[in-house]
Amino acid sequence: MADPAPRPRVGLFVTCLVDVFRPSVGFAAVKLLEECGCTVEVPEGQTCCGQPAYNSGDRADTKALAKRTIEAFEKFDYVVVPSGSCGGMIKEHYKELLADEPDWAHRAQHLAARTYELVSFLHDVRGMRTVNSRYDGTVTYHDSCSGLRELGVKQQPRALLRSVAGLKLVELPGAEVCCGFGGTFCVKYPEISDKMVTAKTDDIDATGADTLLAGDMGCLMNMAGKLKRRAMERGGRAVRVRHVAEVLAGETDAPPIAAAKEG
Amino acid sequence: MQPTSHAFKQNAHEAIADAKLQQALGFFQFGQAGLAERRRQAVAKLPEFDTLRDSAKAIKDHTLAHLDWYLERFEKNCTEAGGHVHWCRTAEEARQTVLEICRKVGARTVTKGKSMIGEEIAINDYLSENGVVPIETDLGEYIVQIRHEIPSHIIAPAIHLTQKQVEQSFRETHTHLDPARQLAEPRQLLDEARGILRQKFLDADVGITGANFLIAETGTSVIVTNEGNGDLTQLLPKAHIVLASLEKVVPTLEDASTILRVLARSATGQEMSVYTTFSTGPRRAGDLDGPGEYHVILLDNGRSALLGTEFQDILRCIRCGACMNNCPVYASVGGHAYGWVYPGPMGSVLTPALIGVEEAGNLPNASTFCGRCESVCPMRIPLPKMMRHFREQEYERKLSPKTVRAGLALWAFLAKRPALYHRLTRLASSILGRLGRRSGSFYNLPLAQGWTGTRDMPAPQGQTFQAMWRARRAG
Repeated sequence: MADPAPRPRVGLFVTCLVDVFRPSVGFAAVKLLEECGCTVEVPEGQTCCGQPAYNSGDRADTKALAKRTIEAFEKFDYVVVPSGSCGGMIKEHYKELLADEPDWAHRAQHLAARTYELVSFLHDVRGMRTVNSRYDGTVTYHDSCSGLRELGVKQQPRALLRSVAGLKLVELPGAEVCCGFGGTFCVKYPEISDKMVTAKTDDIDATGADTLLAGDMGCLMNMAGKLKRRAMERGGRAVRVRHVAEVLAGETDAPPIAAAKEG
Repeated sequence: MQPTSHAFKQNAHEAIADAKLQQALGFFQFGQAGLAERRRQAVAKLPEFDTLRDSAKAIKDHTLAHLDWYLERFEKNCTEAGGHVHWCRTAEEARQTVLEICRKVGARTVTKGKSMIGEEIAINDYLSENGVVPIETDLGEYIVQIRHEIPSHIIAPAIHLTQKQVEQSFRETHTHLDPARQLAEPRQLLDEARGILRQKFLDADVGITGANFLIAETGTSVIVTNEGNGDLTQLLPKAHIVLASLEKVVPTLEDASTILRVLARSATGQEMSVYTTFSTGPRRAGDLDGPGEYHVILLDNGRSALLGTEFQDILRCIRCGACMNNCPVYASVGGHAYGWVYPGPMGSVLTPALIGVEEAGNLPNASTFCGRCESVCPMRIPLPKMMRHFREQEYERKLSPKTVRAGLALWAFLAKRPALYHRLTRLASSILGRLGRRSGSFYNLPLAQGWTGTRDMPAPQGQTFQAMWRARRAG
């Protein structure tokens, strides 16, 4: 799809987990966005999209954070988020959250219309079909729930991964089943969360893949943490876990999530 | 029944440690040819499924918007067909009404088709206490009854049991039969139950069924079953009592047919259930069979209070069970952990709606909001959204745990102050990054035991993105 603006200005909503835990994902996102002709800016006012408060029933704080995000990002042509759940929050939930404040609801809607999850933005909006990167390995992909069900992210990452040189993609059985992260759920109900991530890591092991990719840091940290613990308990090497943007951008110098530096 | 929803965490803990239960729940794991997979295949074969969902939703939304009108119309038409409609505000009123009807016809035994309203008003216990013997005739319900349990699933009541456990219960209960008999095959279990139930059907004085629909234009009640037990339950005794909640009413036969097209497909992957039975009034002159009396209990029990609230949409539920069949939390802990009548995602909304968020506040919290329930719901009920509304109620009324509220308040305070937030995240990232550099993750983190008890916590890379970005721009 052709874009009207020759060089659109993209505001990168980096997400709190990428910001604190894995800046390399942010830089991979910037690289991909620049490769497809965007000017990337990272507004300073951003902290968190408000999901933890929203899903804990704290509407007042969520609204305050939503308004900050709207103010910081509404001047851009697009808002791009390397996470389906934070993207879904901005794109699907802000409007509803602010529905009883007409001015803000309007601004939320305006922002929602221009907000995208990273990989679907590259593929659907910028028309990216191939990437110039190489990854030697057998890769499987987990569909994070919000990206999949709220934003329709499914084929886009697979299409782009197939263009990565050296990469073999194997489907994960039950790729659409939740990994058990669920934000605060994983610490509020740790036993149930563990049961779910155990089933997920069984499925991952069964694929024989050496690398697991997904588009959401929360899910990735949950699965990587479990894969590492299991490898430690059972011996053997844990499956490498990375955000899909790192592989698409060819930015894989940093150790995988939860892995020690090699060498 | 006394709910144990407040003890959900403990219930879940026990469920996860129960090896037999976990074996039975294997049925719900992805990749098993379970109900979720059967639903998926049935839906894939019907291109207009999503359009049907829209129609089904519209029918229920319309009916709920004019519920009083359709209920009165149902009452009028049911009464004209010779039936009796009993409006019951509470479970207690419904129980008493059922008992009065049983006493009037001098009932000693009552056969029962599957009815979740029967569970909701705990009719079996009440009848037993008052000298009337209830006999469940749905195989799953029968198994659960002889084990003195309650259903763990709204359409598959005994799904929490292994076949071996059922065999054992049959041997312990049916002691008049040859102890050396073969019972290892499902067919043999079925035949044995059928043999025992046959005489009970003939002996029963009253038959109680639920209702999948009440049809306003004809005063008809509709049930769907796969075993035919519902027909024997309602046709043979002197009186037939239908237990139905208010929201079961639909305007027309055509509307019921539309919803039937999504019901069985969503539930079991069948195009239709084996039996779909329409009942209008008692036996008429010249009818070969049918009950002498036909009663419909219209139960409210808190439902009318949901009309016009953010929880009204749950009244569209047609009890297909697709949400629980596709729920990873249900698959992990089974139905009994939810602690009352309705488990899984629909139960996590309906339970607090009917018995209060004080008792059942855990249920809407025990969800990752993965959204799979809403994506399969034939009535497009926004289940995660309603669970979030309950979390909001809890937060507003300060029912959520103090530690959670304090943590949240601190986090929100910081997140609203970007400069301070960025200073602190830089610091945390740097300290944790240094501590975790060698192994790449933490085996144990104070204050994060919920996480590190069973999985490592990945270590941060050491600098925040925003700090690095600023440095890059400046340099």
